[in-house]
Amino acid sequence: MSGLNVQLGGQTVLHHVDFSIDPGEIVTIVGPNGSGKSTLLRAIIGAVEPSAGAVTCKPGLRIGYVPQKLHIDPTLPMTVRRFLDLPQRVDDEAARDALDEAGAGALSGRQMSGLSGGQFQRVLLARALLSKPELLILDEATQGLDQPGSAAFYQKIAEVRDHLGCAVLMVSHELHVVMAASDRVVCLNGHVCCQGEPEHVASAPEYRALFGTGTGGALALYRHEHHHSHDHDHDHGHEAAE
Amino acid sequence: MTLLDDFLVRATLAGLGLVLAAAPLGCFVVWRRMAYFGDATAHAAILGVALALAFDTSVFGGVLVVSLLMAFTVSSLSNRGYAMDTLLGVLAHSALAFGLVAVSFLHGVRVDLMAYLFGDILAVGVPNLAVIWGGAALVLGLLWWRWSALLTATLNPDLAFAAGIDPRREQLVLTLALALVVAVAIKVVGVLLIAAMLIVPAATARPFATTPERMALAAIVIGALAVIGGLQASLEWDTPTGPSIVCLAAILFTVSSVAQALFGRSRP
Repeated sequence: MSGLNVQLGGQTVLHHVDFSIDPGEIVTIVGPNGSGKSTLLRAIIGAVEPSAGAVTCKPGLRIGYVPQKLHIDPTLPMTVRRFLDLPQRVDDEAARDALDEAGAGALSGRQMSGLSGGQFQRVLLARALLSKPELLILDEATQGLDQPGSAAFYQKIAEVRDHLGCAVLMVSHELHVVMAASDRVVCLNGHVCCQGEPEHVASAPEYRALFGTGTGGALALYRHEHHHSHDHDHDHGHEAAE
Repeated sequence: MTLLDDFLVRATLAGLGLVLAAAPLGCFVVWRRMAYFGDATAHAAILGVALALAFDTSVFGGVLVVSLLMAFTVSSLSNRGYAMDTLLGVLAHSALAFGLVAVSFLHGVRVDLMAYLFGDILAVGVPNLAVIWGGAALVLGLLWWRWSALLTATLNPDLAFAAGIDPRREQLVLTLALALVVAVAIKVVGVLLIAAMLIVPAATARPFATTPERMALAAIVIGALAVIGGLQASLEWDTPTGPSIVCLAAILFTVSSVAQALFGRSRP
């Protein structure tokens, strides 16, 4: 996409975003709340119209999409197997393969509303895989999973990429996990702040301006490997924010 | 045509035709939490009746046009930041009020509003039957054609976008079908009971169903039971027919809910 602007409710959520993804690449978008991460994904799948700029895809690009969360109304009965048939019916073998691939092999006959969070995400992944996607898009797909659960999920994504050779574009809050699993990280805050290999981004001043304070825990530890002084980080952050 | 000479046969056929369209459509209404949508469209129909009488056109045409207008208004406004229930509340009541005011302007025409509010299924004639079954066939065809896309859009709009389906178009299909059902059903069960026939059979069917298709089928069966049983009960006890049908549907709903509570898998 080039020079992409998106306005929602009169506010410019994304301005002048230039961004591209190559086949087989795993790219993660990080950014604070309200930075337009989900909007960027929704622009790619065509759910929001850009007010300027354009999204250019390879003609006939097959996209598999795993939404941030999927609320299935309890009044809607839906087995896992039936869910995989949406919007196009698939044969049983393809459905079984996709479930196996996503690590949800045993769930076929279960009701969607009875699945645990991790099972649900795996079924969503299986459904996205059915179209043999060339681009797999995941919007905070591990929300609500515990740390081992989301680590296992990202492991699965990497396997899927190796197996299908598809590009993967995902949004995540779990910086430490994502950093390890991505080829490239894009730091977004209304515009692309910085991007590059995970190590490069983690040490970029723009990145630390956004995440330098308050994230704590694992991220601070992660950053510590590269920088030695907290004070230094702090100052740097302020400068970058100017 | 000897069979159709019997008013009870005509009434039963009219009710079954309505159920055939309303029950599967009602499933979507329930899944999408648009229960008041039926209400709003149905209330707008009164305005349609008044306009049709004023301009001396067919009631079916007037109701269809106003219901469609209502449906499109709700659809387009719901994408502009109002919550669906607020919007429907505003539109339903104002449409009904405007309809009643419009009716009062009609001099020299005695409008039996009760007939349109509660319907008169026993007075259904052969031409009405043709309209009802024609409308039902149209709605069923529409649902059959768009079924998968409708379901996907109902689950999640973004999921639909990613699959190349425009959820706004699917919502339009639903509102179109809803307006059509209201227009053909107004004579049969009346505006106040249409919403009930949309929602009650679908809600009753939920505990028995494991897939959307089975729920739609079960809703049709339950609705048909309510129509046939309600007609018989109304004959037996000399009760108003439309409300009797809805009463039986409500009883079936209660039985189904109790059965689920007693024997059901609470987490299927």
